[in-house]
Amino acid sequence: MFSMQLFKRGMIKAVLHMLILTYLMYLLFPLLWMISTSFKPTPEIYSGIPTLIPEVFTLDHYVSVLKEERLLKSILNSLYVGVITSVIVVLISLPAAYALSRYKTSINKAVMGWILTTQIFPAILIMIPLYMILRSLQLTDTLAGLVLVYVVWDIPFVLWMLQGYVKEIPVELEEAAAIDGATQSQIIYKIIMPLLLPAIGASVMFAFITAWNEFFFALVLLKSPDLSTLPVELARFTGIEGQARTGPLAAASFMATIPSIILFAVLRKWFASGTLQGAVKG
Amino acid sequence: MSVTAGVTTRPRNRNLDQLQLLLPILVPVMLISLVPLIRGIYIGFTDYELGGQMHFTGLENYRIMLHDRFFWRSMGVGFLWTAIVTALQIGLGMGLAMLLNQGLRLTSLYTVLMLVPWAMPPIVRGLIWRQIYSPDTGALNLILTQWGLINEPINWLTSFEWAIPAIIIAGIWGEIPKAALFFLAGLKTIPSSLYEAAELDGATSYRKFRHITLPLMKPIMAAVVSLSFMWNFNAFGLVWILTEGGPGGLTRLPMLAAYEEAFRYGYVGYAAAIGNVMVVIISLFLFFYLRVQLKERLGE
Repeated sequence: MFSMQLFKRGMIKAVLHMLILTYLMYLLFPLLWMISTSFKPTPEIYSGIPTLIPEVFTLDHYVSVLKEERLLKSILNSLYVGVITSVIVVLISLPAAYALSRYKTSINKAVMGWILTTQIFPAILIMIPLYMILRSLQLTDTLAGLVLVYVVWDIPFVLWMLQGYVKEIPVELEEAAAIDGATQSQIIYKIIMPLLLPAIGASVMFAFITAWNEFFFALVLLKSPDLSTLPVELARFTGIEGQARTGPLAAASFMATIPSIILFAVLRKWFASGTLQGAVKG
Repeated sequence: MSVTAGVTTRPRNRNLDQLQLLLPILVPVMLISLVPLIRGIYIGFTDYELGGQMHFTGLENYRIMLHDRFFWRSMGVGFLWTAIVTALQIGLGMGLAMLLNQGLRLTSLYTVLMLVPWAMPPIVRGLIWRQIYSPDTGALNLILTQWGLINEPINWLTSFEWAIPAIIIAGIWGEIPKAALFFLAGLKTIPSSLYEAAELDGATSYRKFRHITLPLMKPIMAAVVSLSFMWNFNAFGLVWILTEGGPGGLTRLPMLAAYEEAFRYGYVGYAAAIGNVMVVIISLFLFFYLRVQLKERLGE
């Protein structure tokens, strides 16, 4: 009897694993296919036989990608924009997050309302006037202009996340510091910031990836080929010579995905921990 | 001394204190988000064309829209796309979240792997699926041919029959991880004691789902449905890369229509007007949907 029950439980578990693997096949197959294509010699790509593991393994496509000066330049541009954006977002969101969680005034509701509202409006409404404003500041077709846009774009999420964490920090710590004569900015950057390091790390990575991935604003705001970011360059890369570059395109796409995969691997603990649970509980 | 802030010992205007700290974000937000937004809404009531003068024309754009076949077609496909992608991503996302909440071995590995599509840059998502659908080197054609299901390759993205299913399958693929992640977080907040108590009473799995999981998940479900509706209705990048709205405007979602009006034809005023209509539609949906949700919850 007992072993029968154990057998039944084992069967159920096997079925559940199978179901999850079916999901993962759908979710992972496109990436695996891209990785496989990036290592196949061109004749094999066009051989008409679907194989996930290349019969001949080659690094040619990666080499040819790394020889593309414009693509390399665009990677550097994306890195630059991503790093500057994420640092600025966190530095200016931190005092704001502190203000939102420590002071309960009518401004809170306005800011939270704005965070939600930003989700409703299609980017097209903002794009055209934004272009005009940046032009009058002489910031169109500059990376600085793009950074400015991304900073504002990232603020809602970073602010929402940081203020949740600040709430968890006991106020007594700050009161003690205030009695010792610490100023407000000292309290924020010397006491709150170190305690928030995990959340700040997550915010930095989030802001970096958003900037690294973004396509629409970069497409419209940057005109010089020298300044284009990786997503824009990837879109161009396919446009010019089309199908013939399947292999190098797969290699470049995979390279563009690596930072995000690293981010998700690092954030695994964060996903598993109580952070999001706290967020959805509200 | 103030209890919460503990920063100053003399009474000051708290709003002013707070405002000072918020200033570094308020200035860029005003300049880059709020002002352009308000201006964008206004442009939707003008005849502005790229490089031209701007004249207030009231509701003229919306009068033109009423008779614009392309606009109605794009709204039609926009609703179809939004409804199907949202429904399937909720259903499939919930299913996946429940599977990941069974306490199976390898769950944390599964969770990371399921997030992969979300981790990819949207442009790469588009490029990947374009490659899969490609008529000569695409995995889909190769596999279907090898299995003998089709005789000759199909050009999925330019076919009138297949273009819409093709973009929907790619769209859901990118959205399942987000939905599953939110649902998983929600499921974890349900105390296991509830299920244990139900098991003692001999409840079946279906009844546990129906009477414990579903009611407790309703608020999160409402949040995910609202967000997904907004994101899907405003979608642009993926479909742009896959089809650019083709074949023959069949997959021209509202955002693609607005983008083309503005940047291909230069009708900026009309493009902004389409944007305004989209905002109204989303707001109406949220209003009625959330009201129904709220009533249900108060009724219980």
